[in-house]
Amino acid sequence: MSNPFIEIRNVSKTFGGGMFRGPGVAAVEGVSLAVPRGQTLGIVGESGSGKSTLLRIVLGLTRPSAGQVLIGGQDIASLRGTALRDFRRRVQPVFQNPASSFNPRQTIRAILRAPLEVHGIGTGRERDARIDALLGHVGLGPEFAERLPHQLSGGQKQRVAIARAIILDPQVVLADEPTSALDVSVQAQVLRLFARIQAELGLTTLFVSHNLAVIRQVSHQVAVMQHGRLVEFGPAEQVFRAPREDYTRRLIAAVPDPRHAFARKEALA
Amino acid sequence: MVRRHARPGQQPVLAIDDLRVRFRRRRGVVTAVDGVTLEVHPGEIVGVIGESGSGKSMTAFSVMRLLPKTADLSGSIRLDGQELTALPEAAMRDVRGNRIALIPQDALQSLNPTLRVGFQVGEPIALHRRGTGTGLRGRVLDLMRAVGMARPEQTVRAWPHQLSGGMQQRAMIATGLALEPRLIIADEPTTALDVTVQAGILDLLRAIRDRSGAGMMFITHDLGVVAELCDYVYVMNGGRVVEHGPVEQVLTAPAEDYTRMLLAATPSLDAPLAEVGT
Repeated sequence: MSNPFIEIRNVSKTFGGGMFRGPGVAAVEGVSLAVPRGQTLGIVGESGSGKSTLLRIVLGLTRPSAGQVLIGGQDIASLRGTALRDFRRRVQPVFQNPASSFNPRQTIRAILRAPLEVHGIGTGRERDARIDALLGHVGLGPEFAERLPHQLSGGQKQRVAIARAIILDPQVVLADEPTSALDVSVQAQVLRLFARIQAELGLTTLFVSHNLAVIRQVSHQVAVMQHGRLVEFGPAEQVFRAPREDYTRRLIAAVPDPRHAFARKEALA
Repeated sequence: MVRRHARPGQQPVLAIDDLRVRFRRRRGVVTAVDGVTLEVHPGEIVGVIGESGSGKSMTAFSVMRLLPKTADLSGSIRLDGQELTALPEAAMRDVRGNRIALIPQDALQSLNPTLRVGFQVGEPIALHRRGTGTGLRGRVLDLMRAVGMARPEQTVRAWPHQLSGGMQQRAMIATGLALEPRLIIADEPTTALDVTVQAGILDLLRAIRDRSGAGMMFITHDLGVVAELCDYVYVMNGGRVVEHGPVEQVLTAPAEDYTRMLLAATPSLDAPLAEVGT
């Protein structure tokens, strides 16, 4: 793969442990991944697989015990001062529960204005115009700007979270289970929105989920993790249609799919 | 629409007829369940599917009569032909646990963190005076084996937090089965579990149906789980049943737009979004 935009090189993370406290728990062990610019890498795994820890490492929220993360060729651990500020503008998260990352007493406008203020972008009027345009872009009308988080449904809140993630024109968006708290019909809409925005803005994204079908919907490449290790990594088409590893096959077989259940039952009968 | 899936000559375990649940609020009345009629037959797993606010959980809680005090309930709920809505609270306590078991979504939240697992599995037997001492202990071990608990002799002494999510859910199922209930109500029992663990729990529920002859009402939002597990399905939206029928018929040839929309929204393993169409 030529010129990856996000490069994860042999990253490990051990929690706890120490000289007299034993080896600790290895949450991520020797994971290497590369994502070309403008593509989505889906990271799938069950609880305890290390998928969220890996995402937090790429986000710079957790320091790896070993290994490096390069974004646009820069080692993120080496960033200081303005370079670090710039990294925080270019790399944006979307979390599972947007409500917990919103101040319940701030209006949506204030929530969306905060990143612009922190990074000193635009005048007051320009910021408001950008917020209104962006709300439209994520499928919410400008009237939502004056509402409070609790007045929004789960899907609307996740749309605001996506708007906040892209308001600074980032290059990278890192999403951790952004739809798993949503109803299935709302999930489908938010996934579509996510895929549309990813393509329109040419974002390089990591998308973490325990749901293989969701990963299938949005990913160009797929990484399967288990117990902190990378089990399988390849183009989505190949991983889903012709998985190489036994664990991947078992995961795929365990997903209940209403479209296949009856065909399978007939085959067994 | 056919009113129910009556089977000639067989009395349903559970028969709900025109159930309505309303909540009086400061501003008007909120209707959570709006005329639901459904049946569960012995040895049958009946799926009740819907999104948040569809009334599926309220319907289940009405059967257990675990609704908030402000709820206003009308209609009929019969368990083996006996009307439950008119039953005094003391008699209802005997029905809960004894004749109806509830398997909740979040097992850890439902287990008492300060009591050992074995004690909690045996508690319904002790409370309903169906066993004591070594007989009770033997029964608890049998139940734990029946639900596939790892190392039952050790696990009876374990605390809930020492078990994995799947094992916690198995402990809750064992507790539910302790008194051989006629009706098992499972409220999204696998939603919080990993897919491979979920597959094991679904196998267990199937085995319980085949073995016990109890009827099971399975509340879920996951059409895939319904397809895998259920014999018959009711689709709920806005407090009403919009469609019902044998599960294969409803999921392969849905009659209602709402059911079709739910099916279309369920993400598929076959193709990415672009190919599914938007």
